[in-house]
Amino acid sequence: MGSVLVFLLAWQIAARLADSRLLPTVTSVLGAMLQQTISGALPWNLAITLGRVAAAFTISMLLGSALGIAMGRWRQLDLLLDSAVTVLLNLPALVVIVLLYVWFGLNEIAAIAAVALNKLPTTAVTLREGARALDPALAEMAESFHMSRWRKLRHVTLPQLAPYFFAASRSGLALIWKIVLVVELLGRSNGVGFEIQIFFQLFDVKLILAYTFAFILVVQMIEWAVLQPMERWATRWRS
Amino acid sequence: MAELILRLHIEGKSFNEGLGELPVLGQIDIALGGREIVALVGPSGCGKTTLLRIIGGLDTDFRGTIDWCGAVVPRIGTVFQEPRLLPWRTVRQNLLLAQQTANPELADALLHALDLTPFSNVFPATLSLGMARRVAIARALAIDPQLVLLDEPFVSLDPAMAARSRELVLNAWRARPTAALLVTHDHAEAAALADRILQLGERPTRVLHEITVAQKRRGPTGSI
Repeated sequence: MGSVLVFLLAWQIAARLADSRLLPTVTSVLGAMLQQTISGALPWNLAITLGRVAAAFTISMLLGSALGIAMGRWRQLDLLLDSAVTVLLNLPALVVIVLLYVWFGLNEIAAIAAVALNKLPTTAVTLREGARALDPALAEMAESFHMSRWRKLRHVTLPQLAPYFFAASRSGLALIWKIVLVVELLGRSNGVGFEIQIFFQLFDVKLILAYTFAFILVVQMIEWAVLQPMERWATRWRS
Repeated sequence: MAELILRLHIEGKSFNEGLGELPVLGQIDIALGGREIVALVGPSGCGKTTLLRIIGGLDTDFRGTIDWCGAVVPRIGTVFQEPRLLPWRTVRQNLLLAQQTANPELADALLHALDLTPFSNVFPATLSLGMARRVAIARALAIDPQLVLLDEPFVSLDPAMAARSRELVLNAWRARPTAALLVTHDHAEAAALADRILQLGERPTRVLHEITVAQKRRGPTGSI
């Protein structure tokens, strides 16, 4: 927190000294945030972007986790799909976005699919490592007590995967919101990314920063209020 | 000996690893009565754990037969060499999760009998090795087993803790007697707990000799 305050102070001083519309002061950016909030434009565009982030995050986490766990458990499937996952990992996000827009049109499904597809391979690779690290001794214990598949999944397997799931979630959230902005900039007519494109054309750095920081603030709140408490709860047994 | 619950006949068991076939078990015949404790004593690596895994159904790749004396496969409570507790579940939850049919009264009674009641709601990470081993024993007994397989349950405990744990386990057994196969290196431990001791030899393992122990531990002491 201290480093953030120092950064803001340094920015404020630099902006005062520069006295240029290309480097607005912290206070003017905060003022723009407030004005955009009162007008309703900022909350509206934030909500649209967050909706896209939530949809892409959910799809990529569900499919990526299922794929990663399956690859970690079945060697043949891993051998079959390993190259495809590596290709997806190395494919530039921009290429995936452009191709999906070209193939499926400038619509919501293509936009969300493009974001999800960018995150899916990293989730799969993370969860694959988790599945490979599952403790066979615990699986054998569960088998010896004839635990049902559901009980085994809930009480033996998923808790072992939880750290990998949280790692994928946190890196996923950070990656997804950045890609969503690009997707909006290239092919949507609303959302934070679209608005930033408009402000870019007007060279309005103040509003670019106002929207950017508002969104960073929201994502950070999700991290603090949702992901971190969930992770602490899931790993409370380690103390 | 009480009515037999198990007739085990093994003709052989080998592992196929890297350098070829490694015979582990030779011909072994074991009969076990309903409330009998039999100790399997032998050198390290002679196949004692493999024998328990075969009886527990965790290893089916062997030549021979397991005859449950006309009955269906009994409920078998296994105590592994390491406690193998679920670290993210409390001590009590570890017992309850092993039960097919929920029986919290039995779980609580076993925790009490094994001196674990104060630790019912803690996570296993906070337990000493001796306590964790006792939880693993309580978990095996919590399924109301007809047969308990104990794989060196007191190994690497200091002598006082091992003696205390043995005493607590015997108390639990007296209150709720069941058949048990105990793997141990320790002849004194085998003599203290078992009705019979089967001395196993080097690989491929066979029963070298059998010793019957005159036990004085019988008799009810409360119930669980």
